[in-house]
Amino acid sequence: MSQEKVTIEIDGRTIGARAGEPLIEAADRAGIYIPRFCYHKHLSVVASCRMCLVEVERAPKPLPACATQVADGMKVATRSAGALDAQRGVMEFLLINHPLDCPICDQGGECELQDQALGYGRGVSRFVEGKRAVADEDLGPLVATEMTRCIHCTRCVRFLEEIAGDQELGGMHRGEQLRISTYTGEPLRSELSSNIIDLCPVGALTNKPFRFRARAWELLSFPMVSVHDGVGSHLSVHTYQGRIQRVVPRECSTINETWIADRDRYAIEGLAAPDRLREPLVKRYGEWHTAGWEEALSAAVAGVRRVLEGHGAAGIGALLAPHATLEELYLGGRVVRALGSANVDHRLREGDVSDQEQAPPFPYLGGTIAELEQADAVLLIGSYPRHEQPLIQHRLRKAARAGAQIMALGLRRFAWNFELAEEHAVAPQHLVSELAAVAQALGERKQRKLPQALRGLPGGSVSEPARAMAKRLLAGERAVVLLGNQALSHPQAATLRALAALIGEWSGGRFGVLAAAANSAGGWLAGALPHREVAGRPSAEQGLAADAMVRAQLPCYLLHDVEPEHDLWDPAAADAALRQAEHVVAVSSFASERLREVADVLLPLGAFGETAGTYVNTEGRWQSVRGVAQSYAEARPGWRIWCALAQLLELEGFAYPDIAAVHAEIAGACRDVQPSSRYPAELRSSGATSADGGSSSAPGRASGQGSGVTLALAGAVPIYAGDALVRRSEPLQQSPLAARLEAVVAPETAQQLGISHAETDEATVRVRVQAAAAEALELPLVVSSTIPAGTVWIPAGLAERAQLGPPFGTVTIEAL
Amino acid sequence: MRQETAQEKAQHAAQETALTEAQQARIDRWLAQYPPDPAGRRSAVIPALHVLQDDNGGTLERHHIAALADYLGMPRAAVFEVATFYSMFHLDTACGRHKVNICTNISCWLNGADGLVAYAEEKLGVRLGETTTDGRITLVREEECLAGCVGAPMMVVDGHYHTHLTRERIDEILDGLD
Repeated sequence: MSQEKVTIEIDGRTIGARAGEPLIEAADRAGIYIPRFCYHKHLSVVASCRMCLVEVERAPKPLPACATQVADGMKVATRSAGALDAQRGVMEFLLINHPLDCPICDQGGECELQDQALGYGRGVSRFVEGKRAVADEDLGPLVATEMTRCIHCTRCVRFLEEIAGDQELGGMHRGEQLRISTYTGEPLRSELSSNIIDLCPVGALTNKPFRFRARAWELLSFPMVSVHDGVGSHLSVHTYQGRIQRVVPRECSTINETWIADRDRYAIEGLAAPDRLREPLVKRYGEWHTAGWEEALSAAVAGVRRVLEGHGAAGIGALLAPHATLEELYLGGRVVRALGSANVDHRLREGDVSDQEQAPPFPYLGGTIAELEQADAVLLIGSYPRHEQPLIQHRLRKAARAGAQIMALGLRRFAWNFELAEEHAVAPQHLVSELAAVAQALGERKQRKLPQALRGLPGGSVSEPARAMAKRLLAGERAVVLLGNQALSHPQAATLRALAALIGEWSGGRFGVLAAAANSAGGWLAGALPHREVAGRPSAEQGLAADAMVRAQLPCYLLHDVEPEHDLWDPAAADAALRQAEHVVAVSSFASERLREVADVLLPLGAFGETAGTYVNTEGRWQSVRGVAQSYAEARPGWRIWCALAQLLELEGFAYPDIAAVHAEIAGACRDVQPSSRYPAELRSSGATSADGGSSSAPGRASGQGSGVTLALAGAVPIYAGDALVRRSEPLQQSPLAARLEAVVAPETAQQLGISHAETDEATVRVRVQAAAAEALELPLVVSSTIPAGTVWIPAGLAERAQLGPPFGTVTIEAL
Repeated sequence: MRQETAQEKAQHAAQETALTEAQQARIDRWLAQYPPDPAGRRSAVIPALHVLQDDNGGTLERHHIAALADYLGMPRAAVFEVATFYSMFHLDTACGRHKVNICTNISCWLNGADGLVAYAEEKLGVRLGETTTDGRITLVREEECLAGCVGAPMMVVDGHYHTHLTRERIDEILDGLD
């Protein structure tokens, strides 16, 4: 579109516009409303509904404002007799087949068709013939259909094709028979699918779980921020009588535009799960007893005091969820430090933090989310944003569609919704050396040498894919190197960070870390770390990081919104540590069976929407929200719980009048924090571990005993398994993207296992998987060429696989 | 034993959903006539659907759509859109040996096509879109203009045009089909 400025006149008002832009956009900007159904600013223009007809001087007939390009001197009338007549005519046609079921329609009260029929239609219908009826379709657990109401604007079709990246719906048949359908009746698979609910201007597509819960005009709307990844998408939460009923997107052009992920919308369905913790519980002689807050807090504090006396402060460790609020993370960290310990961490899914001393103030994207779509060369390392940060994927897809070369170096191949320029999947023990090879290839072209600490390539050979990636990065003018969730939980994450930062620097672009959780960045600023206090100030005492805390088998653990079987890097070690501990206090919204087994005191925590707080997203943006829902039974906001614990422990400086005071303290301390994504390779003290990870047994070989094959284990946390709330959302768990616990191997590996098996999506064989000394696990086997040979992919973060330990390692597999 | 059956099932499914080499060659000839980009590949969808329909006794099944969509790099829903839009494609319906399309668009309609449709329906004992029980004739669903207005009313039988129809001509033509 040209940037040439022109002047046009709409309804007698002179306004400026860009030559060639859609007339409806210029009118919107000037605050002149033209009715529309099919037009949407983020979708392509089809001009199919004809509702936006306006009169343009010298045009022989009314023109659709969405498909009419602005030209200098254009004179437009949106409310002239001719325009109104045209709009009324279109409205009458649209209503011919639309049922008059508004009283039982969920869209009623927030329906574009209703509003525009009132504003632009005629009062009486002249249509007396029979209306058509269209069979409904089951689009899965998220989107309800009532296809008789559809007016064929095709916003949903265009959204799925243009934004979500897979046109799962289409306009089937024609004329009178036209209907929007998948044809096959399969549920929608997109992680963004539910946005079609907001796009639908009528009640054809509605929010399935929300159906018939409340009328639009009974709801109160509050601004909120999503807590299920590091993006921090803007939401509006709608409540009825103090309970959250639904979530819809709130527009933010720099973060989530007008979209949210299905995870952001439906996680709230887990809020009232059966195992929601209603009141404080205290375990006495192995039995749980309901207690008042005072009693439970005293029990928690008494246990902590016992440990302090018996083992000293170093016996206390706190594991805080990275999706807790900034204030909770700050107070949790301060309470532990005030007790004299520094064992506090929020990096629960990270196994290698050996670079923490040299790390920047917080893991930073290296720029803004919106800037990602300007990139022209992107290297994603151990990342699948489509399932990890869906709205980051959206920006990358926009970049790809604009011609960016996007490359993925990872542990398996994924179902991307755009064309990758390069995709290279390697076994986990080779990820470091492959990344080093990319750096080396860059270095060769730039006449630079890899720092001593990062060398260690076998033979110094650079693989073809690494060379190609380096070439494309250098060719880009706005290169971006991003490290994703899988790289961050890799056992050599620190080396990956150093290499990736170096690659970002050498390619002349920017390097960034994609934050996994809502406060993965905030936890660093809040001082929920063993080596730094608030705002990155060095900690007087050095504590243990999350994984080290688990391995140290401390006598006392304080958990904040943590489900050890899901949320920790090594759930097997975590289970062992919590079982041997003398005293475990869990501040938690939910009480799973496993948590009840290991905890001694359970304190009910206010969940999403029930507590005020701040989240710092991956670009370092601070976003504070209010508590908008009634507290659930006896549950209380986390910041109050920590303050209460501190006061009972007689710690100084926890008498905050309100959360704003806590926030002000953190914000004041962080005023001068500058974001950075520099991970200086030269300063690395620990020295890079050998490039091949030093795993003793070579994966991919048949081991001595039995018919088992030793394989490298890799896995990522599935899209709907990241936090306690998402895991309890029934609609998400019933959707096609819900986690399936299975072992996936390459066809070559399957052959080694003695299974000559055509590649298939369905598991037909079972295998026995054995990690270290743990009990073996029986899993269905799936054969897929997306997995590198010698690797077995088993999803992480699932309780049922907890005994396998960390997401990465070595396992022995045997066909059953 | 269980593994064997599953394996067979998978192989069977793979065979069923794949295009044969001969079909691919015929589709490739069409592809060669369009630009070699994704939009160009989409352009070949109609002739390619004809290839598959002709090979399958005049009807299309869902697995044909899936296989073709994958081959052309199109979303499946987009191929379903095409296959359901045109009355020349017969998706998910069994067809008779002969396909009869009676035009009901404006010129034919003004010349009494509606009466001829009713006559043919009564004669064959099926409605538009249905096939006679002996599998002889499919009366194709409501048909739009077939570009034979000059000889209205008209119909197409197995690709051959018959114009200036009367009830007698319809008897003659339909009775002459084996």
